Amino acid sequence: MRLTPEQLHSLSVRHKAKDLAFEVIGLVVMLVSLLVLAALFAQLVADGLVRINGSFFLEFPSRRAEQAGILSAWVGSLLVMLVTAFAAVPIGVAAGIYLEEYAGKGWLAQAIEINVSNLAGVPSIIYGLLALGLLVYGLGLGQSILTAGLTLGMLILPIVIVATREALRAVPGTIREASFGLGATRWQTIRHHVLPYSSAGILTGIIIGLSRAIGETAPIITIGALTFIAFLPPAPITATPPFLNMDWLASPFTVMPIQMFNWVSRPDPAFHVNAAAAGVVLVAMTLLMNATAIWLRYRARKRIKW
Amino acid sequence: MATEKARIAAASRLRADSPVARRRRLVERLVQAVLFLAAFSAVAITVAIVATLLIESATFFRHVSLWEFLTDTQWTPLFENARYGIAPLVAGTLTTSLVALLVAVPLGTITAIYLSEFAKPRVREVVKPILELISGVPTVVFGYFALLFVTPLLQKFMPGLPGFNMLGPGIVIGIMIVPYISSLSEDAMRAVPMHLREASYAMGASRFQTALRVVVPAALSGIVASYVLGISRAVGETMVVAIAAGQQPNLTFDPTEAAATITAYIVQVAMGDLPHGSIGYQSIFAAGLTLFAITLFFNLIGHWVRRRYREAY
Repeated sequence: MRLTPEQLHSLSVRHKAKDLAFEVIGLVVMLVSLLVLAALFAQLVADGLVRINGSFFLEFPSRRAEQAGILSAWVGSLLVMLVTAFAAVPIGVAAGIYLEEYAGKGWLAQAIEINVSNLAGVPSIIYGLLALGLLVYGLGLGQSILTAGLTLGMLILPIVIVATREALRAVPGTIREASFGLGATRWQTIRHHVLPYSSAGILTGIIIGLSRAIGETAPIITIGALTFIAFLPPAPITATPPFLNMDWLASPFTVMPIQMFNWVSRPDPAFHVNAAAAGVVLVAMTLLMNATAIWLRYRARKRIKW
Repeated sequence: MATEKARIAAASRLRADSPVARRRRLVERLVQAVLFLAAFSAVAITVAIVATLLIESATFFRHVSLWEFLTDTQWTPLFENARYGIAPLVAGTLTTSLVALLVAVPLGTITAIYLSEFAKPRVREVVKPILELISGVPTVVFGYFALLFVTPLLQKFMPGLPGFNMLGPGIVIGIMIVPYISSLSEDAMRAVPMHLREASYAMGASRFQTALRVVVPAALSGIVASYVLGISRAVGETMVVAIAAGQQPNLTFDPTEAAATITAYIVQVAMGDLPHGSIGYQSIFAAGLTLFAITLFFNLIGHWVRRRYREAY
């Protein structure tokens, strides 16, 4: 088929018009989803901001909406995160190091890999059922901060493993070869060279994992966490020797997302304002953590030029 | 020459037998064992999940036949006159997921094509981190949106819509998983090598034709994998449906009705104080096993799609 110059010209004009049309449609679609989200968050802030003041952070939940606060919730979240970090970070980083630096191509390594990627796709509530059956009743840990922290630790383990592996992979092999060449062993090479160079990437993954954990509601509800807690767990640090008190691990607790869920599920609209305020705090916490992670990654990429 | 070799061999044997070398080897082996145990914990967790679900469900299925579980049309394990048909929960789960996908797939795909093929690098650099940020927002916040913003808004257009329904939560889950789909699909499209596009342009194709007929087919395995991940997320999503869908098991595929999903049922039971070991307590493990099987099915499809349709450039 031969086209005259005029036909060719009109064809190209039509195609250019189509290009432009899609560009506009794409931009509009993207902006619509972003604007919908922006509008939702703006509403949340507008509804919740009135309740956010000093006493909101320092009061326990209450039957009266105007007096209720999130003290037990944010303290609980903090303590649960502490356990989560202690559980997930060492195991996750160690597993990442093994899979990236030691594991060969054997069936065992493959099985572990498949497991890690499958675990990342398991719905979070399933972790709650595991914790309920195994930790709460099987091991008798009860509905405690320890149980919640371990549950969330298992939940974010794949995130930490994957992030660690990516960070390690970014360190070029020449660094390892140089270290081996000087007679260092594998572990010495990893400890003195590979790990320090990849620490920014690993830290990014840990922060993203913890921010995911701080917002998780379903697994904590499933283990049977209470929604109304008007006391604080025993303080982890005491004034008298031995200065460390581990009783808080066995304490009942509530966390920020559960407090918000509790308020949102009540029919009384006065509590919905509290829910919005708790939502603002929760979103601010997770966004701050995620933004830190993204910034860290950006900075690490800029600073290191292999 | 030969003596030289022998001397080196002797020296290295000496070094390998020295206490320092022996300690180093011991540390190496110890470290490797510890690291392996950590990696193996992933397998242990999987085994623990499957074992817990199977053991607790086994007790459940001693009371309820598998046939009844799969064919009964009512799910009322907490009532006096208990019925144990999982179908209403599965129907609720599939309906909300379907609504979510109807929102997320078009929005996510168009956004991905735009970001990968049309947007200026500046736009992409701003939008990508925003998408990543959104995927970190707690789901309980999205539940709040579904119940208090989206459903009331829908009721303005659909006056008969009840306060609890599957449409509002479905739409919100859809908005929630747009970032997953667009981000992963965009990665897949960006991975398509430039020379394919250049070849297309050289043949006289327009930008839109190239995007639709060259880049999208070449990246199809990654795009479909992102859809499968989206389905898996929608099926397992808990808080949005627990807050806004009504928690009433209801065998219907009509999104304007209230219903319960598998996840919402588990939350509902966990919120009440059912005695450990009762049939109601065990029923959440049977429901969880069903959910696990469904998401495992989709995850396996995802793996298969990625492997089967991966383009070799």
